[in-house]
Amino acid sequence: MSHLHIDWTACDGRGLCAELLPELLAEDDWGYPVARHGKTQPTVPRHLEDVARRAVDRCPALALRLVNDPS
Amino acid sequence: MTETLWYAGRGTGVVSLVLLTIVVALGIGARSGRTAFGLPRFAVNMLHRNAALLALVLLAGHVGSLYFDPYAQLRLVDVVLPFTGAYRPFWLGLGTLGFDLILALVASSLLRHRLGARSWRIVHWLAYLCWPVALMHGLQTGSDGDSWWLRTVLALCAALVLAAVAWRLSSPFTQFPARVTRRVRALQETR
Repeated sequence: MSHLHIDWTACDGRGLCAELLPELLAEDDWGYPVARHGKTQPTVPRHLEDVARRAVDRCPALALRLVNDPS
Repeated sequence: MTETLWYAGRGTGVVSLVLLTIVVALGIGARSGRTAFGLPRFAVNMLHRNAALLALVLLAGHVGSLYFDPYAQLRLVDVVLPFTGAYRPFWLGLGTLGFDLILALVASSLLRHRLGARSWRIVHWLAYLCWPVALMHGLQTGSDGDSWWLRTVLALCAALVLAAVAWRLSSPFTQFPARVTRRVRALQETR
């Protein structure tokens, strides 16, 4: 399993991650991503890992990371 | 065969300039943080990237066909080092310079995650130098600079980029213009 880490000093709220991962992220009123289920670092289920990697790759501010959890 | 290379070189040159124009416009559009043409933002981002890669492929065709064209008489050094050519060295050199800049832009973007956001962004600003350099090369180097069709294409390209830049500089540019620009020195230095 893995989880998403958002670097808030880098995040510019451009919204690509929330578009690619609507299951995990929503946009707040200013366009910054918020985890849908209230966790600050949402867990990425296995079937969403490929999309999450794409969101990490496409983040214009390089603010998104996919962190592997030790199992 | 000679004719084929010559036509291919001119055709790929014009098409890659049109593509580069679209890439610049899409890049500025993506920066606004808005959706466009009914596409979500990640799709605008992907379109910007893929159009740039396609432009690079066409440019390879442009440089390659003119390199092997016996009439253009390019040497290998003219492909990499600007302003050393035999024919209209300045305007040909702009093409070489533009090609080098595009290689730098594409390579730095592909290595974005290793370079870091700050270095990548600095290199990416070179696009604003690269595009006018490519435009002037297209207008002044080739044999088609006087033709109405090339001038029309280039004028439309220039109009699109100028409109995009004017929009970029206008205050309602971003999706959230009311967001205060961050001015935290410590953060800016680490970014």
